[in-house]
Amino acid sequence: MLSMTNIPDQKSLSRQLAVAERRNKIKAFVLVVPLLLFVLASFVLPIASLVWLGGYNDTFSKALPETTRLLQQWDAKSPISEELAASFVTELRAAKLKDAAVPTRVATVINREQAGSLSKIKQVLTASDMASPFKEHLIALNDEWAKPDIWHAMKIVAPSFTPRFYLQALDHRITADGTIVSETDDNAIQILLFSRTLMVAAIVTLLCAILGFPIAYIMAHAETKTSNMMLIVVLLPFWTSLLVRTTAWIALLQQNGVINDLLVRIGLIDNDHRLVMMYNMFATLVAMTHVLLPFMILPLFSVMKSIKGNLTRAALSLGATPWTAFWKVYFPQTIPGLGAGCLLVFILAVGYYITPALVGGQSGQLISNIIAFHMQKTLNWSLASAIGTLLLIGVLLLYWLYNRLVGIDKMKLA
Amino acid sequence: MKMLNGKWMLLGALGTLAVTTATAQAGQLTVISWGGAYTTSQVEAYQKPWMAKSGNTIVSADYNGGLAEVKAQVQSGNVTWDVVDVETSEGVSGCNDGLFEKIDASKLPKGDNGASPLDDFVPGAITDCAISTIAYANIFGYDSTKFAGDKPTKVADFFDLKKFPGKRGMKKEAKVNLEMALMADGVAAADVYKVLATKEGVDRAFKKLETIKGSIVWWEAGAQPPQLLASGEVTMTTAYNGRLFTPAVTENKPFVIVWDGQQQVFDTWAIPKGSKNKDLALDFIAFSTGTKPLADQARYIPYGPARKSSAPLVGKFKDDKTDMAPHMPTNPENMKNAIVQDVKFWADHYDELNERFVSWIGK
Amino acid sequence: MSDGFVRFENIQKTYDGKSLVVKSLNLSIGRGEFLTMLGPSGSGKTTTLMMLAGFESATGGEIYLDGIKINNIPPHKRGLGMVFQNYALFPHMTIAENVAFPLKVRGVSKADAEDKVRKALDMVQMSGLQSRKPAQLSGGQQQRIALARALVFEPKLLLMDEPLGALDKQLREHMQYEIKHLHDRLGITVVYVTHDQSEALTMSDRIAVFDDGRIQQLATPDELYEKPENSFVAQFIGENNKLRGVVKEISNGRARVEIGGNTIIDALPIQAEIGKPTIVSVRPERVEIEPSASEVTASGRIEEIIYLGDHIRIRMTVLGSSNFVVKVRNRSGRRTFTAGEEVRIGWALQDCRALDV
Repeated sequence: MLSMTNIPDQKSLSRQLAVAERRNKIKAFVLVVPLLLFVLASFVLPIASLVWLGGYNDTFSKALPETTRLLQQWDAKSPISEELAASFVTELRAAKLKDAAVPTRVATVINREQAGSLSKIKQVLTASDMASPFKEHLIALNDEWAKPDIWHAMKIVAPSFTPRFYLQALDHRITADGTIVSETDDNAIQILLFSRTLMVAAIVTLLCAILGFPIAYIMAHAETKTSNMMLIVVLLPFWTSLLVRTTAWIALLQQNGVINDLLVRIGLIDNDHRLVMMYNMFATLVAMTHVLLPFMILPLFSVMKSIKGNLTRAALSLGATPWTAFWKVYFPQTIPGLGAGCLLVFILAVGYYITPALVGGQSGQLISNIIAFHMQKTLNWSLASAIGTLLLIGVLLLYWLYNRLVGIDKMKLA
Repeated sequence: MKMLNGKWMLLGALGTLAVTTATAQAGQLTVISWGGAYTTSQVEAYQKPWMAKSGNTIVSADYNGGLAEVKAQVQSGNVTWDVVDVETSEGVSGCNDGLFEKIDASKLPKGDNGASPLDDFVPGAITDCAISTIAYANIFGYDSTKFAGDKPTKVADFFDLKKFPGKRGMKKEAKVNLEMALMADGVAAADVYKVLATKEGVDRAFKKLETIKGSIVWWEAGAQPPQLLASGEVTMTTAYNGRLFTPAVTENKPFVIVWDGQQQVFDTWAIPKGSKNKDLALDFIAFSTGTKPLADQARYIPYGPARKSSAPLVGKFKDDKTDMAPHMPTNPENMKNAIVQDVKFWADHYDELNERFVSWIGK
Repeated sequence: MSDGFVRFENIQKTYDGKSLVVKSLNLSIGRGEFLTMLGPSGSGKTTTLMMLAGFESATGGEIYLDGIKINNIPPHKRGLGMVFQNYALFPHMTIAENVAFPLKVRGVSKADAEDKVRKALDMVQMSGLQSRKPAQLSGGQQQRIALARALVFEPKLLLMDEPLGALDKQLREHMQYEIKHLHDRLGITVVYVTHDQSEALTMSDRIAVFDDGRIQQLATPDELYEKPENSFVAQFIGENNKLRGVVKEISNGRARVEIGGNTIIDALPIQAEIGKPTIVSVRPERVEIEPSASEVTASGRIEEIIYLGDHIRIRMTVLGSSNFVVKVRNRSGRRTFTAGEEVRIGWALQDCRALDV
């Protein structure tokens, strides 16, 4: 560093320095541009679109702009105006002329709020004699149009920016008059699944830590040949596909599976009382712990490898019992690896769903299953995005908590 | 990376160009279906004859159902699938969502008996975007070695854990299960969808399902039910009829199908919107839904042809011994208490009922 | 010489069940003594120390500490202070916590512990750094802390395993004196392991030279240097000129050794048998050039002259050996040398020892 007091024209000096460094900076920037673009395209944009998609859906408002305006003016209590009915019918039918898929797409969105709307709107699209007075015509077509329900549904889905997906992801609904109510018991599930997911992830993390610690310890303190061998064994699961590993657990754990057969044969249990280890929480925990264990062992192993061997000896020589030497001296050194492993396993466990869905039965229903369900089956990507965003926020909160408690700078990966 | 230097990229581009030109001349179609014996039957009955006739090639791939991939392809504008095998209900909802091309069914070929296509297809087999090939049945089956005395014969037996103990396999979806529960609870086949359209009817269906909830093993892929039966994990399971037929006939597994309360569903061809080979895809669909290919398919799998004119042509299984007729969902013996899945009902109520189903299953 | 405060009796150690790393070791260390185990790596010195500390178990023989057999006492109950090669300070604890560690595990009250920690840090001149973490200290500072930690609980015996190996030369020499002074002041028994002979010579009351799993010689530093009992010790401690020859005759405390086929010189018969080959050992600084009167004389040719400030190092060819080194003190008025010059050299009989080959 230059001393400020000794250099009279430090301004020009710093300018020289800036000029000299600029070229290096540009060079460095050009070198990282591909990486930045990659991160942007594969990470920042998808997450941004996830957050966006959960709160923005313009299917309705884009196809029916005037109707959207009128719905927003409507108080949801008084009977609907002829103007609204007319705008709805004409805009819907006009949209059909441009792209036949647009009105049905709109109808699908409405149908999610009010089941049965889809077929009624399709009737409107195919009816031959839709003219003024539109309200009467609609009611003549189907008397459901006289009821407020379908109009309420439209009022709810009309705004482009909407909290309803985020609310739905938290077992709440918004009504036509803008109040927020909780979901009926029959349909409420998200919060239960969020908490179940966090609980499963926490238990799996704990199991991985308990099982992984001694394994990593033995590996770190074995001879190179043995520890290399063990490393290969630990990594072996990565070489087989996830489905194969999961199927292997099914073969082992099911009622006519290997373990039960073995227990019956050696007479520990009798044939009519085979253990139920499959399609329940037990199977979920076992299979997930198995799949995620390497993510605990590897950072622990690498940290334990770097712990100086004579620390424990030093503690013993100073009079500590073997337990004290381990707990007060050795164990604190492993915390960076343990923390990294726990964070890694926990975050991966939160997002896991294939394994629990296959082996966990009903208890294997986790929040990610719901996301996949809405992505693949109902095609309600807005809701899937909202749940995904909440999950992301949850994980970030935990990360923040971890940083506060342990300190992220202390984390060491393999 | 060496591979990425200019010369190699140029070579790669030329290679792609060569492939593109080749497809432009010969024609290549990507056809997506459900895999297993089902895809095999389609390859034998539709794809091979079409390739031989037209000189085009088909790349056949599997998927697990659902419209997510189609939606992703259509939305990104990069459509690589040309023909997809979907259930009718998905054909309809995908059509509503603008994911499939419209198909003018009147332009399909006439039946071999001269019937116009609109008359020749059985009712419900033609929708705006999707043309049916076959009807399969959602049935339930059991392992006959597990029940010493009486055997299950009625749909209500599936829900009778006392008389027929053991776990039950069911598909993890609202469709089929709710109808089945109502029929088991005594609702007549003809009234099922009327009852299910009411709140009370839905409650009744879930109440019935609740009685066996603790014994249900959920499956998701069509290949799972025969495995669950074979491993003894369940004693009874719902399944697609062809999936239980094949192991029973070819491997002599003790699987017995109960036709009471069967629910027929059409499988259809649809073309993802924006397919680059739309004309070729239409040609393939027109060919494969002809009278003869549909009848030929029954040689490989016991699914009923969607054309009336195909029915008389259905003969024996590929082993040339087993008569296929008794195994067809459309066989009158099997139709005594049966429903055809109501596509319109499910288009209206899929989201609503699934939301409740997912919530029920998770608790 | 020794009251047997620490006693090794017929100690053996093997790791693989085939070869012995320590071969039938007998050693007795007196209370308050500073004993150094010196030897090249693999000589068995560290293994011996580790057996004393309790980290390795002897596969044969007995170890006694203060009259008690300690073979089966686990290390944490032996009550020994130990200083390790790389300091082995606990990185997650502060300096104060490190030094207090042995007191804490012994249940010493907090006030007492604080007092002792302060005294221990004062002793190694490290007070004021209590709240730092080890990583914030230099190597020398860390070593002092390690020393304070090993002494704070007033152990009966202090073991040191190459404690200065990681320090630079100047600091190492400084620390040698400090450790020596500390030993003089506290009167504690120290067993010190090193492969550095000058370190051993500087600090020790007695030195045990290890090689090949055995103690080659156990003696005070001056005796070790001046009266090596075999050629390994002569070679390992200090610089040494070796002249190979055959013993012709031993009489009157003199061995007559024939070197190079025709020259016979006299040497003290330390390990010499008539008719057997021997190595005659002479220290470079004991050789005189152009001696006025010497008991043993020879002639040599100067090959190389190196100026080293305090002395001149002259390499010559003597009796067929071209690696014969002579150190000449650089005093004023000394004779000048030129390469190629033939000179006469000589030394006293007592500085010339016929040793084993």
